Amino acid sequence: MKKKLISALLCTSMAASLFVGCGGAASEGGVDPDAAATDEEAAESAESEVVTNTFGDPNGTHLEMWTFVELHGQHYGVMAEEWNKEHPDNTIEITCTTYPYGDMHTKLLTALEAGTGAPDICDVEVGQFPNVVEGLDQWLVPLNDYAKDYLDTMVPARMETYQGEDGNYYGAPYHVGATVMYYNVAAMSEAMGLSQDEVIAKIDAVKTWKDYEALGNEYLTALGDDTKYFTSVDTGGVDWLWLAMAEYGDDWTGGFDKPANVQLDSVKEMLTMQQSWLKSGFAMVSPDGHVDLEAGFQNIMDRNIVSFPKAMWYMSRFTNYMPDEKGNWYIAKCPVFKEGQKCSVGIGGTGTVVTQQSANKELAAEFTCWAKMSEAGEQHIWDTLGFDVCNTALWGDEAFAHDDNNQYNQFFINYPYDVLSEIGMDNIGKISVVSISPTINEYLCTTTLNEVLEDPDYSIDDALQEAQDAIDMEQ
Amino acid sequence: MKIKNFLYSQKVAPYVFVLPFILSFFFFWVYPLITAFTMSFQDIGAIKSDWVGFANYAKLLKDNVFHIAVWNSVKYMFFTLVLLIPFPMLFAVLLDSNLVKAKGVWKAILYMPALTSVVISGTLFRLMFTEYTTGQMNMITAALGLGTYKWLKMGWSGMLALLIVACWRWTGVNMLYFLSGLKSIDTSLYEAADIDGATGWQKFKYVTLPLLKPTTVYVLTISVYAGLAMFLESYMLWAGNSSPNNIGLTIVGYLYKRGIEKNDMGYACAVGVVLLVVALIINFAQLIVNGTFKKGED
Repeated sequence: MKKKLISALLCTSMAASLFVGCGGAASEGGVDPDAAATDEEAAESAESEVVTNTFGDPNGTHLEMWTFVELHGQHYGVMAEEWNKEHPDNTIEITCTTYPYGDMHTKLLTALEAGTGAPDICDVEVGQFPNVVEGLDQWLVPLNDYAKDYLDTMVPARMETYQGEDGNYYGAPYHVGATVMYYNVAAMSEAMGLSQDEVIAKIDAVKTWKDYEALGNEYLTALGDDTKYFTSVDTGGVDWLWLAMAEYGDDWTGGFDKPANVQLDSVKEMLTMQQSWLKSGFAMVSPDGHVDLEAGFQNIMDRNIVSFPKAMWYMSRFTNYMPDEKGNWYIAKCPVFKEGQKCSVGIGGTGTVVTQQSANKELAAEFTCWAKMSEAGEQHIWDTLGFDVCNTALWGDEAFAHDDNNQYNQFFINYPYDVLSEIGMDNIGKISVVSISPTINEYLCTTTLNEVLEDPDYSIDDALQEAQDAIDMEQ
Repeated sequence: MKIKNFLYSQKVAPYVFVLPFILSFFFFWVYPLITAFTMSFQDIGAIKSDWVGFANYAKLLKDNVFHIAVWNSVKYMFFTLVLLIPFPMLFAVLLDSNLVKAKGVWKAILYMPALTSVVISGTLFRLMFTEYTTGQMNMITAALGLGTYKWLKMGWSGMLALLIVACWRWTGVNMLYFLSGLKSIDTSLYEAADIDGATGWQKFKYVTLPLLKPTTVYVLTISVYAGLAMFLESYMLWAGNSSPNNIGLTIVGYLYKRGIEKNDMGYACAVGVVLLVVALIINFAQLIVNGTFKKGED
């Protein structure tokens, strides 16, 4: 009898620990499919401990800030010191706490829902933003008034990414994450027997995807090695499709008003083109799904592919993981389907929000906008975080954009900001990140892209219909 | 005086001693359990939550991805039971015998993986199983003339990778359970068997196995729920919660996807409740079959 009781107790406690176990495991790291930019940071922060740093004037107004990347916190620390120098009569002290990715977002949501315990300022990863912005101005402070001095020169697509349903801006962006085309000029010039300048001239002449194909075929013919490809297409990422949508001005999420629809002509056209590339040996499927993983880096270093589209923040992958490639790569605008289309799209990102629970909302909001959008703030973001900044006033600034001490300016053949200036702030498209976004991305990355790219004869219409059916179940 | 009476009271003292456990049990286990249960009948929104009755459960019945997750978890649990009970038992018996030298070293080597962070080992296994030609697994199969595989894109090889991680990680732990079980078997039983002329196999079959049964049942019970609740291994192996055609999605992975990634806590709680029910059914069935609830054995 006693044994029975013990077994029953054992079972209950075990069952209960199942739930506890879930919570624990879940908090060990969270990566959203959307969070390409922060994937790695999230993984890195997954196991790291909580780090707390306090900066600024101990006698100033105290602000509490949460982030999931320690470097972001340090950015605020430096900016707080700068702020205090400029505002000696209104100084601040800021405590930045770095939590693991999953923990921080869960804590923030819980605190917002509970109405107590939230920090003054908080970083929110773009994939998590729909959850946080759901409470609109009951939870967050609209930043419109505090950002208005900078709005003229901020990339509009990026500000809109952190808009709420009511049209207010709730988040201050770190970067554009503008999608550009990376080309291995060194490999191409070797294979084609041309000088680097000649190759660059050919790359600059690429306007449409047709031109891109022609250039790629020229390279592949000259190389004559059927184990090499011009580019790789992703089964584990939607960057190519985002680019296609931005070019046509489509948005599969439908934004806040319309239902999500993935059966778009832009998506079909991109997938059709990719299937034809796979069949003709022009492209390969990215090993392990996309280029932002170790196998992808190796694939690039082995010169199995010599070009691919990716956001600007991918530059840091070159400096961190492929340092030997220094001097080989050239950054250019992405090709378009029809001339005159937008040729870039902002991918990934982190928006900084100010919560309504803050005792010093105005100061917190003013400081946040200043630290993230002013020239001083942007300078520091570029220098330490290496992000392509959203304030276009700096893009053409010689001292800023052509600083030869900057590691990215040193690494690439051309200056990254020259490419951004050439694209122009109005040519960077935006795909909304709303509550249905994770569902779309997840279905595409787990199922649809694997179907149509692993088997290039698979019907794109069928695959997209399946995806649409799955998404319709959720909306 | 009263305080002293209280402290020395034989009736009260035991309750005082178990109080910390009871309190933490209620606060961190029972309370979340009940809350999760009630939440599974709600649509949890940002500002307010609505009662939706059995809507979440009705949706689970139609949710193909959830069915895939359940099937994956059940398959994984089944194979871990097949691999992680007989082999650790065999290793434990070997280590307990005189056939093996340097026992401490073997024990340490087999146990070490359990101390390694899954985040680190999972990443290493992901790199080993990469579809790229430089991955260890592809180097091995290529050297054997079998060509290369997209390990983490196919159902069978994805499951194989998960099982290899599981075996690497848990063999040592289960072996230790069995070793401690073996230590509690009275050696005189083996001596008696020797005198009766029993062979090694007979000793194992008629002495070791029956006396090891409580340990086996315990390992079986924890393995059932560990198998069903697996998440982190899959999460690390596919560098995130999304695997091609959901070949690596588990029940807890789905719960995480719904609860954290899509912020649909009500639905996630329904997933959790189903997991609890499945785990309880399997374990109670297993415990009944093994006679744990039979009277008069203690």
